[in-house]
Amino acid sequence: MAPDIAQAPMLGDRSARAQTLSLVLILLLGAAIVLSLAVGASGTSLWQAVLGLFTGEEVGVRERIILMDIRLPRTVMGVLVGAALAVSGAVMQGLFRNPLADPGLVGVSAGAGFGAIVAIVLGGMLPAGIAAMFGSSLVPVAAFVGAWASMLLLYRVSTRRGRTSVATMLLAGIALAALMGAVQGVLIYMADDAQLRTLTFWGMGSIAGATWGKLLVATPLILLALAGAPFLARGLNALALGEAAAAHVGIPVQRLKNAAILMVALAVGSSVAVSGGIGFVGIVVPHLLRLLVGPDHRYLLLNSALLGAALLLCADVISRVIVAPAELPIGIVTATLGGPFFLWILLRQRGVLEM
Amino acid sequence: MLEASDITVRYGPRVILDGVDFSARAGAVTAIVGPNGSGKTTLMRALTGEAAYHGRITLEGQDIAGAKVWDLAALRGVLPQATPLAFPFTVLEVVRIGLSRGVAAGQDGLIRQALARVGLSGFEGRYYQELSGGEQQRVQLARVLAQVWEPVEGGVPRWLFLDEPVSALDIGHQLQVMQIARDYADAGGGVVAVMHDLNLTAMFADQVALIGEGRILAQDVPGAVLRDDLLSRAYRCDVRVNRAPVDGTFILPHAAGMAAE
Repeated sequence: MAPDIAQAPMLGDRSARAQTLSLVLILLLGAAIVLSLAVGASGTSLWQAVLGLFTGEEVGVRERIILMDIRLPRTVMGVLVGAALAVSGAVMQGLFRNPLADPGLVGVSAGAGFGAIVAIVLGGMLPAGIAAMFGSSLVPVAAFVGAWASMLLLYRVSTRRGRTSVATMLLAGIALAALMGAVQGVLIYMADDAQLRTLTFWGMGSIAGATWGKLLVATPLILLALAGAPFLARGLNALALGEAAAAHVGIPVQRLKNAAILMVALAVGSSVAVSGGIGFVGIVVPHLLRLLVGPDHRYLLLNSALLGAALLLCADVISRVIVAPAELPIGIVTATLGGPFFLWILLRQRGVLEM
Repeated sequence: MLEASDITVRYGPRVILDGVDFSARAGAVTAIVGPNGSGKTTLMRALTGEAAYHGRITLEGQDIAGAKVWDLAALRGVLPQATPLAFPFTVLEVVRIGLSRGVAAGQDGLIRQALARVGLSGFEGRYYQELSGGEQQRVQLARVLAQVWEPVEGGVPRWLFLDEPVSALDIGHQLQVMQIARDYADAGGGVVAVMHDLNLTAMFADQVALIGEGRILAQDVPGAVLRDDLLSRAYRCDVRVNRAPVDGTFILPHAAGMAAE
């Protein structure tokens, strides 16, 4: 087919490629969703059940329960958490103007986890009226507050006059994580057995415990954050030039930064609240996408959501089958895959670290 | 018209600009010159709203302190000294950042024109991070030009603020960039440039403001400001202003140290 000259993309314009990639990623995500619904400890008959979803055929009661009450909420949570973590990573990197910023690496997830643990352990001590007011949203709300506070602190500490020091940012993240760890230690010491089990499981990161009840609280928060992300895109592009230059091209920089921090805190807080500490999604996904179609946030954010969701579902499927019939926590899978990838990014980005 | 009156800028206890009055008119290239640390970049940063200042600055009748950033962006473009980028943008993508709304069909042509104007046709697909410092500076100029491409819009002049636009460039590209500024002013726009090179200033500026130690020592046409005595005093060395062989003047740093008081 001869290219239509009028429609041909301009040299250096990767918009068309980014849009094509979105289509590919939608297909990939669709495949990952089917895989996530069909694969698991209870055997292959669920393929039938998944097919049944589309064809309307009768499926057994057991299959229906596994599908509707275990795998479907787990898959929905995988999609939401994967998208939230990847988009948060992309937004944080844009905000800090640094490809190494990641909610897990610089202590934002730790802040969210801290909030969640405080809620889990101390939640029982709240007066009944207040506890009833929050209900099951207490943990997500506490995680959101924790994530928000650590984002604000991190930004204050590592950014001076519009320039972010990578070293300060990473070190501040270490300090934050250490501080949270210490307080968490105390809380774990105070926790009873049931709480302890929740905490341990949760620290490794998993979406295996997904229920419709948990999703009821986390879904609106994550969707709100994801829906807000596209409005940051143009501002984040301009912010790549620096804060002053972004203002000179007409971006209200302070408002943009506040919105980005809030968006990341919402997404990370509610993800961590339901799935614990799942690392590296926020750094691997945006980095791969920048290599493929460039850093333009108008496409990066959407594509991050799609690839993050697909990647997390695939990692979850691996976590289900690799030691079947047992399961690995997904955080271990993402760390095993993400750790080496992160080292590879470091090798490529050594120049940035010297800034 | 750009008018700044009684501008004071402090960094902590240090007074960088001390009650400066400065003005520039559309249709002219106004150069700000002065030695290192004299406050010329700080004056530029105050004029663009980057630095906090006391006093009043108006651009085309708008007080810039209360103006919306997007209104100012429609009125003037600002070229910083250097712009490192952390992400692998192409040249085209960098220039596109300067454009106000999305990527309308006509804007591709504007990007192409802006790059051609700075002599970077064919660079659209190159990675910004892989360009030389001088090329990056010209990409940024193309971005700023694309932002305020028409020097006059709806009868109101638009403005270019250039902070040492030629310091990273070779002499050929220095002349090219100064000619862009000259043409912008000739077409009715306003240009304010911080300049290091006094000879280029003499060649291209209509107005020169000479700054020393946080004060304006003189602001006038180049012939009245670029004088042996004023320059020697401001730059604390012996400077001679000579007639150029072809036309205009050239300035010769003659000897280190303060000229005789």
